[in-house]
Amino acid sequence: MNAILKDRNSQIVRAGADTKTIACNKPSLAGAVSQRACVFCGSRVVLYPIADALHLIHGPIGCAAYTWDIRGAMSSGPEIHRMSFSTDLHEKDVVFGGEKKLEAALLELIDKYQPKAAFVYSTCIVGVIGDDIESICKKVQALKQIPVIPVHAPGFQGTKKDGYRAACEALEVLVGTGNRPAQEFSINILGDFNLAGELWILIDYYKRMGIHINATITGDGRVEDVANAHKAQLNVVQCSGSMMYLAKQMKEKYGIPFMKVSYFGIEDMSDALYEVATFFKSDDMLTKAKEIVRFEFARLMPELVKYKQALQGKKAAIYVGGSFKAISLIKALRLIGVQTVVVGSQTGTADEYEIIKQLCDEGTIIVDDSNPAELSAFVKETKADIFIGGVKERPIAYKIGLGFCDHNHERKEALAGYEGMLNFAKEIYATAMSPVWKFTK
Amino acid sequence: MLLRHTTDKIIDREALTVNPAKTCQPVGAMYAVLGIHGCLPHSHGSQGCCSYHRSALTRHYKEPVMAATSSFTEGSSVFGGQANLVQAIDTMFAVYNPDVVAVHSTCLSETIGDDLTQIIAKAKEEGHVPAGKYVFHANTPSYVGSHVTGYANMVTAMVKSFSMKSATKKNQVNIISGWVEPSDMREIKRIASEMMAKIVLFPDTSDVLDAPMTGKHEFYPKGGVTVPELISTGDSKFTIGLGPLCTLDACIKLENQCKVKFESLELPIGIQATDAFITALSRAAGVQVPDSLTEDRGRLIDVIADMQKYLYGKRVALFGDPDTLVPLTEFLIALDMKPVYIVTGTPDKTFDARMSSILSAKVPEAKFKAGERADIFLLHQWIKQQGVDLLIGNTYGKYVARDENIPFVRLGFPILDRVGHSYFPMVGYAGAMNLVTKILDVIMDKIDREVPEEKVELVM
Repeated sequence: MNAILKDRNSQIVRAGADTKTIACNKPSLAGAVSQRACVFCGSRVVLYPIADALHLIHGPIGCAAYTWDIRGAMSSGPEIHRMSFSTDLHEKDVVFGGEKKLEAALLELIDKYQPKAAFVYSTCIVGVIGDDIESICKKVQALKQIPVIPVHAPGFQGTKKDGYRAACEALEVLVGTGNRPAQEFSINILGDFNLAGELWILIDYYKRMGIHINATITGDGRVEDVANAHKAQLNVVQCSGSMMYLAKQMKEKYGIPFMKVSYFGIEDMSDALYEVATFFKSDDMLTKAKEIVRFEFARLMPELVKYKQALQGKKAAIYVGGSFKAISLIKALRLIGVQTVVVGSQTGTADEYEIIKQLCDEGTIIVDDSNPAELSAFVKETKADIFIGGVKERPIAYKIGLGFCDHNHERKEALAGYEGMLNFAKEIYATAMSPVWKFTK
Repeated sequence: MLLRHTTDKIIDREALTVNPAKTCQPVGAMYAVLGIHGCLPHSHGSQGCCSYHRSALTRHYKEPVMAATSSFTEGSSVFGGQANLVQAIDTMFAVYNPDVVAVHSTCLSETIGDDLTQIIAKAKEEGHVPAGKYVFHANTPSYVGSHVTGYANMVTAMVKSFSMKSATKKNQVNIISGWVEPSDMREIKRIASEMMAKIVLFPDTSDVLDAPMTGKHEFYPKGGVTVPELISTGDSKFTIGLGPLCTLDACIKLENQCKVKFESLELPIGIQATDAFITALSRAAGVQVPDSLTEDRGRLIDVIADMQKYLYGKRVALFGDPDTLVPLTEFLIALDMKPVYIVTGTPDKTFDARMSSILSAKVPEAKFKAGERADIFLLHQWIKQQGVDLLIGNTYGKYVARDENIPFVRLGFPILDRVGHSYFPMVGYAGAMNLVTKILDVIMDKIDREVPEEKVELVM
């Protein structure tokens, strides 16, 4: 089996050696065992954490079944988002259209669950049979007096990234509809989904700086907050892949500036606090931010040093959803003595791949839209000890005797912020040093 | 209370499925073909489907699951997916070198009307399929039936595409397995081997989805029925189908195609269903039931007798796939338990009759429902009306179990939060023993946890 397809060469570069720019944002080759998902998947993961909204999936049962509570996006209150609702389209619906069924389902659900808004996801088949979701949503909205928002997400219409955009477009409908006065120093946190309660850690830091959180989109999200998102003075955007579009739109429409941040690793986390303080031109805030960083750093470093000593010289391979996250991961790994030897993502951008190329040591393999055969070959070639990825990578990593850390939906410990860095170090240490690997040799 | 919105008042739902007790066809097709050695499943549709199915199977088995996709785009959905599939066939043989490519359709490719028979025939004609390699397919539209239907369609496609009748009969019995775990398929083979019956079991996911750790990722693990074995099923002297919904069509197809007679049985879950299977196999293969199996049975009955007082009269709610639920219900009755609520999201015309025949005399108050709106939400509402002592179902049951504080045994697909289902069977006497043990464990753990201090018993 030759691991690298000829057609894939343009999507693989090596730091230092290669001068070529990586090709990305390409559709996957038909027949490849791709790790990528679809438009629907992208829109669903982004909107799903809005906990007091109804998420109704219009399509055959699978799309709802596979996205039922698979992401630990925590809510501090309502949990309607963790239920799975589907119109469960059958053959007759495919022939005669599913509009009636959709309308009936929406009405029943809204009566029963009293959500603050409803998102209606269209799937592949709806894109083909041509149900007029838009007009059903309008009709139900008028009847029930809550926002009923279509999410245009037929799977075949692009990659997961296009799904992020579909989600942002749905959110845009909601943003600006509220009329709640905002406090001074108000920010929106965009692109954190509160996996393992990460958002709450971040909110705590910002509050300690005297910043008011206007809306969190979409982690621990609420319809009312999203509706009032336009009242904030600043959008702080993480996971730029999913939320950048909304931030740009809000800048254009409401003049709200945005900044891109990352909360992974000490360096990036601290920058995220400093930059917000700098934005508000507040010395007091900056002083408080410095205090937080000093305090957290002092608490964290002695612990991290222990892990760093043990992990020194270990090598890691990273394969995650977006390339922006990979950048933070490379830095965070470096902080604990781990060198990154392979970096890839499902839907990275050329700019970010370029940053990665500059950031990494010579010879590091950088890859877009990879597959298991390639990844296995890269890992072998670079003698990596640890793999950082998602659900489909985990068992392969284990099978070839590598440590593994889930930096995706299935993370069980918060990895953001300072305490997240410590959790990350612990997790990397535990998996890299696990005695189980002794028995595989 | 995650399911705090669920009330005991049953509202007629017209159009809505809440918390489904099923998923869609293609994942069943993908699971089935992983039971063929050297086979690469191929999903003819958007990328997301393939990704979801692989993730679902990976989460359930904690094993790598390889499958390719036609990666439909806007263009393919307008002009048809033929070009994608032909390119995919080239790519798969060039890069992954499988013995067999098993194509299944999706709701998208079905709706746009791709003719898989024609596309694959054309690909063969034009030399895209290397000599000695196979491409076959099943139609698995997601809007018909459920994951079980997809499994059944793929198993029938195996017969259609491979089974061949030659001049010489073979002294072997076909066993077509319904949707069970690799551990169950291993147990079926063990039983046959104890009986010294020569069988061809298909599909067979043992040694595929329970592969040992070797430090190496085998793209095609050693297990699975081989193509020559599949071909030879046309020369077998008899076929036993286990689980009618999953295998009856395949049995009929094999009889029509190669004149191999068959007997369709329930999955061998519990005492009676296992007795029936072993009797059928001994008859078909012309072999005696060995003492070792009789002793297995004896040990099972012994345990049940010993622990009967903890089982007697316990009310059970269960959900899952029809082929599993029917013999499981029968087994629960044999344990003197009361299976009172049973739902399956899988449409099954025979379900009511199969369930009635088991339940009407013994548990006349039982409620059961298959197909539309037979979801976990409904099951939960029934439980709210009158509680149960045990819940059996896939991982999604845990919300109900937690909210209502019901002892919970995980069984079915998917199980996303525990291990063991790949390794410990539920079929055969050994499997029944495993089930009884699990049931007793959760029931008795609850007693130990909750009885007042003065009532805590050391000896139970």
